[in-house]
Amino acid sequence: MKSRELDARPHVWVETAAGARETGSVAGFLRQSVALAEMELRKLLHDPTELLTRTIQPVLWLGVFGQVFTRVRAIPTGQLPYLDFMAPGVLAQSVLFIAIFYGIAVIWERDLGIVHKLLVTPSPRVALVLGKALSAGVRALPQAGMVYLLARVLGVRINWQPGALAGVAVTVLLGAAAFSTLSLIAACIVKTRERFMGIGQALTMPLFFASNAVYPISIMPGWLKTLAHINPLTYEVDAMRAMMVVGGHSLYGIGLDFMVLLATIVALVGLASRLYPNLAH
Amino acid sequence: MNIIETSSLTRRFGDLTAVDGLNLSVAAGEVFGLLGPNGAGKTTVIKMLTTLLPPTSGQAKVAGFDVQRRAARVREEIGYVPQLVSVDGTLTGYENLLIFAKLYGVPRSDRQARIAAALEFVGLGEAAHRQVGKYSGGMMRRLEIALAMLHHPRVLFLDEPTVGLDPLARQAVWQHVRSLAHEYGMTIFLTTHLMEEADSLCHRVAIMNLGRVAALGPPEELKSSIGRPEATLDEVFAHYTGHELDSGGNYREISRTRRTAARLG
Repeated sequence: MKSRELDARPHVWVETAAGARETGSVAGFLRQSVALAEMELRKLLHDPTELLTRTIQPVLWLGVFGQVFTRVRAIPTGQLPYLDFMAPGVLAQSVLFIAIFYGIAVIWERDLGIVHKLLVTPSPRVALVLGKALSAGVRALPQAGMVYLLARVLGVRINWQPGALAGVAVTVLLGAAAFSTLSLIAACIVKTRERFMGIGQALTMPLFFASNAVYPISIMPGWLKTLAHINPLTYEVDAMRAMMVVGGHSLYGIGLDFMVLLATIVALVGLASRLYPNLAH
Repeated sequence: MNIIETSSLTRRFGDLTAVDGLNLSVAAGEVFGLLGPNGAGKTTVIKMLTTLLPPTSGQAKVAGFDVQRRAARVREEIGYVPQLVSVDGTLTGYENLLIFAKLYGVPRSDRQARIAAALEFVGLGEAAHRQVGKYSGGMMRRLEIALAMLHHPRVLFLDEPTVGLDPLARQAVWQHVRSLAHEYGMTIFLTTHLMEEADSLCHRVAIMNLGRVAALGPPEELKSSIGRPEATLDEVFAHYTGHELDSGGNYREISRTRRTAARLG
């Protein structure tokens, strides 16, 4: 039965309300980002088919493009066989593709009202954006495993030292974070799936071809060299090339590579956390 | 004590004034309904009160905090059930609650107990470990309510909580909303365009039209205010807004409602 009189009973919950929460501290902040990444991991565990479908592209690049260009010997790669040279590039490309299409997922979440519900939680907006960046890393890491497997099968000499593997894993996380946040920014601006599809293509291809992923920068024309040098993907590939394959080395130094990626992430996350709340308007 | 207060709250989108100088107060423990045709500004009001949308001018306070200057503090005190079905279909009901318990900063020691209590409250204990994609529409809505009460908010906002549900599932949602108010003293602020919903749940309703409040009061008072106490709220509504309920609604709203209904099955 309904009663129209206001219930005078005290708020049972009030005393437990504000005091016991864990949202303010740095630990709380990280916990919220990690919670979003955990959500992604749980989703991936429920439906892992994407892991296989996403392997088709690297299979084509390494198995077809790589095999052919190894025979041609047209691209100067120093001591490294061409396939060994491009394997880290293909790894970086897989991570890039996963990350760039993250924007679609965010637009989907907006259409479903998930974005609204995330924004109504007390989580700082930066924690939400970082959580999304970390989620892209969660998807990218098992994908990196698939590319390793594929490269191994094709005879690429993989560097299996634990330190090198850990270094590549960190690079994958940084790359996924940087480009998924770029994608998030694009999603915040265009807001619809149809418009985003075009943007996704327009972002990935130039980033990929204006980088050192499948050919060294030294053979590029001057204007493209300049573009390649301001492209964060170049530094991601550079770090991966130094650590993923036997005999690979870094042109810019892994320290600089990490610094460029980190600086990119900081700048993009800063911008994205300003734009992300607009998705709920 | 008023737990929600707005003064001259206004929101414009370009030339359109969606909410026009709204003055409202809602008492703690009250179940308050905002009624109106599509496009009346109901969702815009909820978005401003839940800190999702900054007002163009005017002010609003929720649980004593300004929605713009103390937005983070407001968010700790409120729960929100959006109009769309926003639980994740890939995850189980339990997993949905677990992630949001973490996002709301529910302390680890309390987490499992709160999740279990919320599941039990909405009668989803049995279905906790099934994927939400396999839930019925009514179960998804109830999961949304469980999710919005995890952190023990003082105010719960529900945007058209029963849109797309069949009458039976609707009754179940109403019953849970009532117990939240009566057993836990939670303040409920909901929007609806179902007169029956407003009549059976709300202490007071505000009828909104074109961004303004056309009438405000307990359902009985509104009915007698048009000179016919035996009138239905529908008739009251038509009297104050000058049109029938099912008129209006633009393309975007209709397709959104259809999509929600489709997801609810």
